[in-house]
Amino acid sequence: MSALLEIKNLHVSVADTQILKGLSLSVSAGEVHAIMGPNGSGKSTLSYVLAGRDGYEITEGDILLNGVSLKDMNPEDRAIAGLFLAFQYPLEIPGVTNMTFLKTSVNAVRRGRGEEELDAASFLRFVREKAKALRLDDDMLKRPLNVGFSGGEKKRNEILQMSVLEPMMAILDETDSGLDIDALKTVAEGVNALRDAQRGMLVITHYQRLLDYIKPDIVHILAGGQIVKTGSPELALELEKSGYADYVGEVVA
Amino acid sequence: MSQAKENIEKETVEKVQSLAGEKYKYGFSTDIDSEKAPKGLNEDIIRFISAKKDEPEWLLEWRLDAFERWLTMSEPKWAMVDYPQIDYQDLYYYSAPKSMDDRPETLDEVDPELLRTYEKLGIPLSEQEVLAGVKNRVAVDAVFDSVSVATTFREELATAGVIFCSFSEAVKEYPELVKKYLGTVVPKSDNYFTALNSAVFSDGSFVYIPPNTRCPMELSTYFRINEPNTGQFERTLLIADKGSYVSYLEGCTAPMRDENQLHAAVVELVALEDAEIKYSTVQNWYPGDEEGRGGIYNFVTKRGDCRENNAKISWTQVETGSAVTWKYPSCILRGDNTVGEFYSIAIGNNYQQIDSGTKMIHLGKNTSSRIISKGISAGKSSNAYRGQVSIHRKADKARNFTQCDSLLIGDTCSAHTVPYIETKNPSAILEHEATTSKISDDQLFYCQQRGLDAEEAVSLIVNGFCKDVLQHLPMEFAVEAQKLVGISLEGSVG
Repeated sequence: MSALLEIKNLHVSVADTQILKGLSLSVSAGEVHAIMGPNGSGKSTLSYVLAGRDGYEITEGDILLNGVSLKDMNPEDRAIAGLFLAFQYPLEIPGVTNMTFLKTSVNAVRRGRGEEELDAASFLRFVREKAKALRLDDDMLKRPLNVGFSGGEKKRNEILQMSVLEPMMAILDETDSGLDIDALKTVAEGVNALRDAQRGMLVITHYQRLLDYIKPDIVHILAGGQIVKTGSPELALELEKSGYADYVGEVVA
Repeated sequence: MSQAKENIEKETVEKVQSLAGEKYKYGFSTDIDSEKAPKGLNEDIIRFISAKKDEPEWLLEWRLDAFERWLTMSEPKWAMVDYPQIDYQDLYYYSAPKSMDDRPETLDEVDPELLRTYEKLGIPLSEQEVLAGVKNRVAVDAVFDSVSVATTFREELATAGVIFCSFSEAVKEYPELVKKYLGTVVPKSDNYFTALNSAVFSDGSFVYIPPNTRCPMELSTYFRINEPNTGQFERTLLIADKGSYVSYLEGCTAPMRDENQLHAAVVELVALEDAEIKYSTVQNWYPGDEEGRGGIYNFVTKRGDCRENNAKISWTQVETGSAVTWKYPSCILRGDNTVGEFYSIAIGNNYQQIDSGTKMIHLGKNTSSRIISKGISAGKSSNAYRGQVSIHRKADKARNFTQCDSLLIGDTCSAHTVPYIETKNPSAILEHEATTSKISDDQLFYCQQRGLDAEEAVSLIVNGFCKDVLQHLPMEFAVEAQKLVGISLEGSVG
């Protein structure tokens, strides 16, 4: 079976500095992979380059989603192709309600996929159901996007967006950052509810803590722009004890 | 947020999407035989215009007096706009479709070419058509170059006692009203452009709402400049008598032409005791092309007088067009407990220059004013908010709240805020808030990651930024305005 997401020997530079140096990874449908790594290892670069952010130049290698190269696609086309990035720092858009943003987004993606757009009434039903499943207050849908949201609300809102966009492949960039343990549990619950035999997930995190709640199938350690070790979930626990020092040293050496 | 508003937002995004690639869609011109006054400006031209309109002697005298004053004045130079010297002798001051010479009595007699023009602009002038459509009923006065082509729903309005007609007709039919109020809010020689307008004004709308009457429908005037090298100098006079209410909207478009065209209008509003006037503008004159060629010079004086106690005047403007805009819709809060409001969205793209704002002149006791200004600059445009809040000596307990927000798109445009605040009464409470922000790459990327293309993202972000003002527009026009916001920023990213 071919992989859902396949990252092949990826080299990426940002402003002429090489950040990713031959990263390879493949995620099959139904799998949840975790990527752990110390600060500066290239975790955020990986999430941005997957989503197609400007300024992240692929100098070598390729990214395939369902066998289709994403390399030359702009961010919106990658979203339409089924890639979703849950942001570490979700952005605020004053004056635009969460509901409006969700509807605009869902319909843009549907349009891009040649599907019929949802009218206001069916969208409302659809999104309320999703929000309910994530135990989100209706009130959050009426507020301007992320404006005045607490850290936990912002992250839960990312998960809501993921749930309405129903992506094939979701990347969660440091979803645990800035969350207290209760908020973390709620967010993880939401993510777990979206685990699906058809869907792949890549959970990027610095701490093992998140992986207590979102249990990965496979754990990778990213250091110095490469995957330096791949293993079972126990790898994350080992890392929690010994820290990243070994791996950082390995690359430098 | 209400379902209706949500629908509007959805619609905006969809409309903007469907219009992508289509820029200034009102840029066509109508091929029609026009009668023009000879080029240039002198007493004879003024006499010609006055004679064309069959005006009474007093109005001709009024015009000539204004002209005399204009000759002694000079163009204001304090605004943050820069344009080549206008040669006032190289312009036509009067141009009217020949077919209007016969003064058509009904729409059937109006040149079909003219009707088609308005149809193309999306302004149906046939009442049946309006009634048949889903749109709410709106009475329209259509002004084409120097004349009013048609005014709809006049009879129905007349049964409510509302007068809505072209200015020229008002001079004939209601000379006493015109005489009583003309020039009482904006004096002839208020400034260079009002003096010019007072001398050569051609047509415009006249509205009178009788006491204790709520105008039964929205009133609107649609201004169209068609002829090249022709200035448009319209004059609107709107009087809301005691205890009345009216909501009025004006829209403006012009063909795409390489040369600049002058538009110098005057609008006077009078609100008597307990009356309320809501005046909205969607200004979409041709803004010039990507290189800054052509476009309208929009030099406009608009002022409302809350002449008696408890009157209220509210200005809402969406300014997306014109190469140069110089415009400060203002309120004189003369009566006690009067209220003035100014809600503005001003958008500049490419080489557009905007110097716009308001004046709130507090004369009466317990007067209050509110200013919400949203300026958006993109391309190489310059956008200045210029506002004056003046509290006079006898204006006890006056209140003002001002909020000026600027949004920048890209790094070659500019935004300026120039507020003047003067108070001569210690009981006044004034608040001023100002922000400047930029659409960040992060915001754009976030939207794009959610499937929106860059232009859709900008349109969404800008509409969010303008929301506080958009919600003050009459419902029927809110969709149009939101759409316009998106279109006028096309090409500003990516």
